[in-house]
Amino acid sequence: MYGLKTDWLEEASPRYYSVQDYEGAPARWCPGCGDHAVLTAVQRLCRDEQLAPEKTVMVSGIGCASRFPHYMKTYGFHGLHGRALPVACGIRSRRPDLHVFVATGDGDCCSIGAGHWIHAIRYNMKMVVMLLDNNVYGLTKNQTSPTSAKGSCTNTHPTGSFLRPLNPIQTTLGVTNASFVAQTVDWNPPHLLATLQAAHAHPGFAFVRIMQRCPHFQPGLFDSAQNDPNELLLLTHTDGIEVEDSIKRVLKNQHEHDPSNLDGARELADREDAIPIGLLYQNGNADRYDQFTALGIATSRDEKMTAIRAELGRYRI
Amino acid sequence: MSQSATAEKDSNPSSSAGQSPGKERELPIRRVSEQIIEIVSDSGEGAQTAGTLFGTVCAKMGNGLWTVEIIPAEIEPPARSRAGASGIRIRFGSEPVGNMGDQADLVVAFNEQVLYSRIDTDALRRGTILLLDDRWASSEDPSTREAFEKALADFHVRGYDVREIPIHAETAKVVDNPRRGKNVWVVGMLCAIYNRDVALAKEEIRQLFERKRKGEKVIETNYRLLEAGHAWAMEHLDMRLDIRSQASDEPRVVMSGNAAIALGTMAAGIEVCSMYPITPATSASHFLAADFHKAGGVIHQAEDEIAAAGFAIGASYAGKTAVTITSGPGMALKTELLGLAVMAEVPLVVVDVQRGGPSTGLPTKVEQGDLLSSLFGQPGDTPNIVIAPSDHQECFEFVITARKLAESFRMPVFVLSDANLATAQACFECPEPSEDWLSPPVDQSEWQEGIPPFDWDAETGLSQRPIPGQPGGQFVLTGLAHDEESHIAYESAINQYAMRMRSHKLAALQKTLKPPAVYGDEEGDLLVVGWGSTRGAIEEAIDRIRADGIRAGALCLRFISPMEPGLSAIFARYRKVMTIEINYSDDPSDSLINDDSRRYSQLAMLLRAGTLTDVDCWSRVPGQPLSPQMIEEALRGRLEALK
Repeated sequence: MYGLKTDWLEEASPRYYSVQDYEGAPARWCPGCGDHAVLTAVQRLCRDEQLAPEKTVMVSGIGCASRFPHYMKTYGFHGLHGRALPVACGIRSRRPDLHVFVATGDGDCCSIGAGHWIHAIRYNMKMVVMLLDNNVYGLTKNQTSPTSAKGSCTNTHPTGSFLRPLNPIQTTLGVTNASFVAQTVDWNPPHLLATLQAAHAHPGFAFVRIMQRCPHFQPGLFDSAQNDPNELLLLTHTDGIEVEDSIKRVLKNQHEHDPSNLDGARELADREDAIPIGLLYQNGNADRYDQFTALGIATSRDEKMTAIRAELGRYRI
Repeated sequence: MSQSATAEKDSNPSSSAGQSPGKERELPIRRVSEQIIEIVSDSGEGAQTAGTLFGTVCAKMGNGLWTVEIIPAEIEPPARSRAGASGIRIRFGSEPVGNMGDQADLVVAFNEQVLYSRIDTDALRRGTILLLDDRWASSEDPSTREAFEKALADFHVRGYDVREIPIHAETAKVVDNPRRGKNVWVVGMLCAIYNRDVALAKEEIRQLFERKRKGEKVIETNYRLLEAGHAWAMEHLDMRLDIRSQASDEPRVVMSGNAAIALGTMAAGIEVCSMYPITPATSASHFLAADFHKAGGVIHQAEDEIAAAGFAIGASYAGKTAVTITSGPGMALKTELLGLAVMAEVPLVVVDVQRGGPSTGLPTKVEQGDLLSSLFGQPGDTPNIVIAPSDHQECFEFVITARKLAESFRMPVFVLSDANLATAQACFECPEPSEDWLSPPVDQSEWQEGIPPFDWDAETGLSQRPIPGQPGGQFVLTGLAHDEESHIAYESAINQYAMRMRSHKLAALQKTLKPPAVYGDEEGDLLVVGWGSTRGAIEEAIDRIRADGIRAGALCLRFISPMEPGLSAIFARYRKVMTIEINYSDDPSDSLINDDSRRYSQLAMLLRAGTLTDVDCWSRVPGQPLSPQMIEEALRGRLEALK
């Protein structure tokens, strides 16, 4: 934390960022929408980590969740439906000094942007990716999403959706070079914040699926999970997500899971009796593509001129 | 493209026929101003490598040069098939050469069947010398022998000057597998015919194989192939020609258009080249791949075309210079992101190496079919800068120009090259790179408080942009309609104003352009307007009709959006204005076509709309560059109709 040293006047940064320094336009999500909680958690994370707002970039696609950047006072990129990840990778590619966050939804990430999702996992460039998963298309008004439960009644499937939902955790775990896969819920702010903190600290692509309530189009979706703590399965481990004792007292349904155990993570991801929350998998040593893309980043102008002349020289006649 | 011989014969190579200098015949050398030769083979026999090698030797000897790759659609088409023809055309002369020319003077063919694909495209004329491998005459397969004899008879009827030569047999004296080796043997033969400097050819062979990380043994073997081909030709062929060189003190370079784009990308100080493999654009990335990082750049091979654009836009948003290089189908996929770059004013260089369309079309062949889609391909109003290099030097320079324009005007800039420029080797004056080109795009000092991220100049629409890392510049870029603060805005007045701001940037750029210069007559009967790679052939056709007393000029547009100024005034000085393009237009002589239904070629459509001049057009989509002769005939036809 900032400013606790006795000689802080000499060494401390002249700027201290409070939560207000990260607050952009007033959030215009529906009342009761889970996105509000995620926004608050991200602002707190930024404050706790004292991330310079000008060095922080919030990238999104299109959808309710993708309005996220507008409500932050950092740099933001509210781009196209499904295309947040390629943009975020491009931002990251030559700017290791930036803190890159991605806010994406279940339609944005798991449907139209699914191809980018797979490859961004594999690139493993350092960024925090938050999948705000409310199991429905909200901005376009209630269509089935890839994560909608089978039988969900929506405007596109009024008599109930036909297919079993895609499991974003299982999918992410299945991609080569996946390095951080966590799950949390919007209605448990301490766990949400702790998960995002772990994601931010991870040296690579940190994928966090956040179960997010949508009272407007999916009323009651997570009611039972909210009311019955036993429907959540708290993953615990010394290498996992560190949570306060108060959380452990409430969430008594716990499971000791070593996040280096990929097979165990896959088994957990398939659990249907409870929603596992916590760190399912982490590999801090996975190859990072942003180390490749940053090659030559410090090349001096003289070195560049030498290289250009040498290249032209190869074609001289 | 295959490499040349790697296996070496055990026998003493000095026993090869034709190696003895004593047998070489002293023949008079005939000087000619230029030659067009072709080497055609089955795919994988290294004809393109050989042609590039020979062309480079010619360029180094001071000749003008233009090569055209003859590429089959498949990687390994069946042997001895018309469709499988793979090869190269080399046009070299005393003067600079800017196009592929007309029919070939001499063709080396590794088999007779591949020649038919060249005959089909009108690449041969009566009197063309055919140097044809004779091995098929003694083939064990009777149907092959029969096909060969039949073709030979046909070639005589067609009036070609056919010489059966032992390419395979002679190569087999040097290497075990003549399939990998006859190409360099042929280079040796051509060096003898055209009085080329063998030492120079050896130097090129060394460079070629060193680049491929081959050892001394391979290089030595290829030297012997070269010498064997040379010695054989000196003894057995009665052709001795020379093409005088143009003395020039200026240092020159020889490369393909895609290599020029790659070098331009480096010299432009671009840091990120984001691409997805697509013919015929990909080789530009190959040229960059090895050494881009030394010039401070990185190639990102994205998971798809859309991601390639997204990645480049992300890098550019973050204050880095970025290019995405693609071809038509890739452009189509990038469309939505290119619209975002327009809307959110993100600088971006987009290189489109055009190929035949629509859809997958003719992937390896030239077309100028993406002009209108570059301009109008994105939904809504997207004022784009579109420029088109007309030769190799411009391929290099226009990337640098595009980077500067993209940043100054805060928008995507489309550079339209094509498959003709992409693969053709040509010479140009060696560019002198400038440190100024490497300047970072934006000053990263603190953003001045109170200045919005879209601080549009009310007249020109120009504005500075903040980039992440700049304190005080925080804003949220959005593809939604927005005001100066980049706040989402649905108010009608704001939308109208923002549209105007983005549009006026083009008008502001146009103010800085000069009216284009006309080639040939400044006024007269006919003005031919073109763009891109057709310039050389158009100007050569204009020279020919002017030689007949017709007063004609040619105009090549480099800026297509915004349009170069003063066109109406120039057009008014001619009785007839028409475009020549490699894209589709209806032929007005077709019975179904009338003035109401006729669809014009793409530039013609723009010029008609932009100048209210009755601009005619002649365009074709032959899947190959237009020859001067094709254009000349078209012009004469249209002039005839004027009488």
